[in-house]
Amino acid sequence: MAKQYNGPVRPRAKKGTFARVIRTVFSFYPVLLPLTLACIVFTAIVSSMPSLFMQKVLAAVEGGVKMAETAGGAAAWEHYKGDVIPVVILLGCIYLVSLTSAFVYNQLMAVITQGTLKKLRDRMFSRMQELPVKYFDTHNHGDIMSYYTNDIDTLRQLVSQSMPQLLISGITLTVLICIMLYFSVWMTLVILAGVLAMSFVSKKIGGGSARHFVRRQMALGKTEGYVEEMMHGQKVVKVFCHETKAMQKFDEVNDNLFREAEKANKYANTLMPIINNIGNILYVLVAIVGGVLLIKEVPNLSFSGLALSVSVVVPFLNITKQFTGSVGQISNQINSVIMGLAGASRVFEILDEEPERDEGYVTLVNVKEVDGELVECEERTGSWAWKHPHREDGTVSYVPLRGDVRMTEVDFEYVEGKPVLKNISLYAEPGQQVAFVGATGAGKTTITNLINRFYDIADGKIRYDGININKIKKSSLRRSLGVVLQDVNLFTGSVMDNIRYGKLDATEEECIAAARLVGADDFITRLPEGYNTELSGNGANLSQGQRQLISIARAAVADPPVMILDEATSSIDTRTEAIVQRGMDALMKDRTVFVIAHRLSTVKSSDVIMVLDHGEIIERGSHDDLIARRGQYYSLYTGAFELE
Amino acid sequence: MIGILLKSVREFKKPSILTPILVFFEVIMECTIPMVIAELVEKYEESSDISVILTYGAIVAALALLSLTFGALAGLNCATASVGFAKNLRKDLYYKVQDFSFENIDKFSTSSLVTRMTTDVSNVQMSYMMIIRTAIRAPFMFIFAIVMAFVMGGRMAWIFICVIPILGGTLVFVASRAMPLFRKVFKKYDKLNESVQENVKGMRVVKSFVREEYETERFGYASEDVRRDFTKAERILALNGPIMQLCLNIVMIFVLSFGSYTSISSAGSLLGIGQMSALLTYGFMILSSLMMLSMIFVMLTMSAESARRIVEVLREESTIKNPENPILEVKDGSIDFSSVSFKYSKTADRYALSDIDLHIASGETIGIIGGTGSSKSTLIQLISRLYDVTEGSVSVGGVDVRDYDLDTLRNNVAVVLQKNVLFSGSIKENLRWGNENATDEEMREAARLACADEFIESFPDGYDTYIEQGGANVSGGQKQRLCIARALLKKPKVLILDDSTSAVDTRTDAHIRAAMREYIPETTKLIIAQRIASVEDADRIVVLDGGRIIALGNHEELLGSCDVYREIYVSQMKGGDDNG
Repeated sequence: MAKQYNGPVRPRAKKGTFARVIRTVFSFYPVLLPLTLACIVFTAIVSSMPSLFMQKVLAAVEGGVKMAETAGGAAAWEHYKGDVIPVVILLGCIYLVSLTSAFVYNQLMAVITQGTLKKLRDRMFSRMQELPVKYFDTHNHGDIMSYYTNDIDTLRQLVSQSMPQLLISGITLTVLICIMLYFSVWMTLVILAGVLAMSFVSKKIGGGSARHFVRRQMALGKTEGYVEEMMHGQKVVKVFCHETKAMQKFDEVNDNLFREAEKANKYANTLMPIINNIGNILYVLVAIVGGVLLIKEVPNLSFSGLALSVSVVVPFLNITKQFTGSVGQISNQINSVIMGLAGASRVFEILDEEPERDEGYVTLVNVKEVDGELVECEERTGSWAWKHPHREDGTVSYVPLRGDVRMTEVDFEYVEGKPVLKNISLYAEPGQQVAFVGATGAGKTTITNLINRFYDIADGKIRYDGININKIKKSSLRRSLGVVLQDVNLFTGSVMDNIRYGKLDATEEECIAAARLVGADDFITRLPEGYNTELSGNGANLSQGQRQLISIARAAVADPPVMILDEATSSIDTRTEAIVQRGMDALMKDRTVFVIAHRLSTVKSSDVIMVLDHGEIIERGSHDDLIARRGQYYSLYTGAFELE
Repeated sequence: MIGILLKSVREFKKPSILTPILVFFEVIMECTIPMVIAELVEKYEESSDISVILTYGAIVAALALLSLTFGALAGLNCATASVGFAKNLRKDLYYKVQDFSFENIDKFSTSSLVTRMTTDVSNVQMSYMMIIRTAIRAPFMFIFAIVMAFVMGGRMAWIFICVIPILGGTLVFVASRAMPLFRKVFKKYDKLNESVQENVKGMRVVKSFVREEYETERFGYASEDVRRDFTKAERILALNGPIMQLCLNIVMIFVLSFGSYTSISSAGSLLGIGQMSALLTYGFMILSSLMMLSMIFVMLTMSAESARRIVEVLREESTIKNPENPILEVKDGSIDFSSVSFKYSKTADRYALSDIDLHIASGETIGIIGGTGSSKSTLIQLISRLYDVTEGSVSVGGVDVRDYDLDTLRNNVAVVLQKNVLFSGSIKENLRWGNENATDEEMREAARLACADEFIESFPDGYDTYIEQGGANVSGGQKQRLCIARALLKKPKVLILDDSTSAVDTRTDAHIRAAMREYIPETTKLIIAQRIASVEDADRIVVLDGGRIIALGNHEELLGSCDVYREIYVSQMKGGDDNG
């Protein structure tokens, strides 16, 4: 189901993770969890009791058999059945209750486990939505995914199996020790000594196993990484006749994996038979010691004061089985507990991530004009204003949304000490088109990242309709900005759903109108199911150009006053490109537009062009101005530099 | 299907066969122990001789030691066998794929091949381990324990015959009800995770449109759906435990009541205390081996899908094979397409290429231009026999490409693929793909031709600079130039550039073409491009549309005669030379 985690070996769980897991589950199920735990405890206690009953019955049998030898079987049974039948009936009743509670806790555990996982998944997801873009830029997407696949899975194992199992085993052991002491202290000591040996061995082997397990995971990661890389380049391998070499290298990593995995599995595979048979040997030991004590008639030491008899030794043998079985269970669960806790600690890690900070208080509201004044209203009026509460005097003012953006002496760095933007000043009046050109890494995308506050500036000011954008609530700010990115991201769902993403309450007509506006309607209606065509895998069934058109339509239906466009660099054929271009043009009309330009026609039609180099604006002006200046822009224009 | 998988056992046959045999002995020992113990307990009563007890004790201890030895040996052999089997399976898959043609690779897709070699192999390995160890152990134990129960308990053992159907029936019921549910929910679960991935990738879109809450809400619905189904399946599965307990309880009650009755009324001759205890132990063995069987069944059905997917690859025959008496030399770089038609699969109803007749002289430079889907890449992939023609023939150096030794052909026809890949390793290592024995001087030479020397030397480590997987640490234009240099090192007779300079600026692009013209004039060069500028100085330009050659000639001729060409040219000139 889930792909194995191939990254570096995970760190151990943080301290306190176990308690936090329990606290978390408890907070989800404050009633069900204690009830379940009570059932588990009850079941565990009851299911370790039968040896007590067994002892009573066997004592009767012991006596009965002796009596039968002289008085005959029937008479003996008559005499002893009073000792047997009530005990068996009582046992039956206890069994019934314990079965019921076992049934209940098993069912409840299924409910609790899945419910907990769902709630954790939901929490993780909603927390993830709140994280700043920076988080996604600095974390490997595969690693983020692994929270949802691997870590949640190990947690499932932990909550649904390991924890109840540990609880059961722990209680069983305790009850059994009590019962054993009740029967005979001497024999209890024998068992405890044996269990010590068992845990010593399992620790030895288990430790070796864990060490090799880690190395096996590393070798596995390496092999899978190699396979992945080579499969992606398989066509290149063919073209270069590199097959033999590729096989040799593969054999190397594969053989190494074999060696490591063999060692790890050998440890793991021998642990069970060894533990089992130490249990067997212990069983024999108890039988022998019991026999010797019986025959030598060594005085018994017990909490019950029972004398040592066959009816004590035999249940003791059964207890031995149960006891070693429980110890085996615990050693079995240790590994998955460790893994589960590591997974849980990673899940908590993402839950504890600092969410995006938003101290903005200026919001975007619908307004209508009443007597020359802007009045806020609930319904959509098509005109928007910034609602600006003033803290000092408690008044509220409304500033109409126009799309005027000014940057003043802005500095920015992603990593401390490595400035990406230096002293950037620019302004865009409503309806103006500003183009950024420059080489890769010049800082074009960074500027747009600052306008919609994916990142916050280090120094300087950005004002939007005269308001410092730090004062604007991020959701309001972003709602007023439309974005078409270079890498198109479409979501699973119909074409209509994808366009509607721009404005969730848009009617079908509005979506189709937006598609028409940008020229996407034509190809969409030719799709097999038209607007209802299902897209999956980021629109894998569409061409690059078609995907771009849908993303443009999505921005168009949102109809924001300011647009940020990042033109695609990837080569699509000229005809599709012309359609996409027309779509972009339609979108840019009558808006303030910031465009990271790769096409000359876009640049030419811009009101102002900013030529960026190493985070600084080195030239600015209209196309004609800049050509006349014969500077950097001129070189770019004549294709002497890589534009990316 | 199983036959094909078993072929991968090979050198691990011995441990694979030894494991079940050892397990068999282990089970015998394990099943004998309770019987001997029962005898031992009976001896408590009869004799007061410690030596008898010690003798029995020694026997049991010896049995336990034997069981331990067999068990441990089985574990060791099983580890070797299963890990080795997985190793061979992975190797067989990998080798098989090396033999695949492009058509085979397309059929499976890269990511599905990766899954088959990783996750699927792991699943099959787990199952193999289960089969040779547990799947043998459980039925053996089941049978032995029943036999022993009858030997020990006589009529009493019939209780098992009554209880087994209860547990067995439940297990079958649970498996048959839960399995389809699990299969269904796993699919939903995968979908859920896919949607998370989409969300992570599209986070900028989500945030730009302020759709965080909307996404969370949608995710909540989907995860609730998964939860509901998972809970349903898990609750069915959760019946197993209590039913197992119920059966054990029934056995216990029965043995205690009827056992004590039988024992007392027969004065211990039909059933002793030790035997009663042994019966309980056997009961536990019988029922737990049933549980084990059902678990194995579930595991096996789950991994059957993985096995099927692996076998699918192993069964696949490469569609392109070396001819029997291959020609080992390519005379020159002339290329001839004679009435070539091609479609990607036999069942496809549309031809990707139709009626292609094209004759290229050795040393010519040919530009190829056309819209998306005009089959430019398809055309050139026929030359190095990455695909075989459906009709007609393609010849290089006057010989049908199907008569060449594949390596010979591909070493002489170098293709720089559109979706090109660099591999993790130093620049040198990457370049050496073209020629293993290339000297530093040759590498510099090739880099110079591809205009890559300048930026390589600007790196602090020069040619030893480490390239990350997929070439993540070089820019698109640099990557393309490294790929060209790599191909040049082959010193091919034919060099094909499939849109290989799209990310390179126009000036460098022109430099590369000029360098090739000057330094490798005798090499036939085919250049696919989106930009007219990249092909306008070619000797001849092929204009493709819908899989047909609609025009052929040099730049000036085409401007005069070909509408499509002129249209492209005008749009690029008007829109400026797209540098993207």
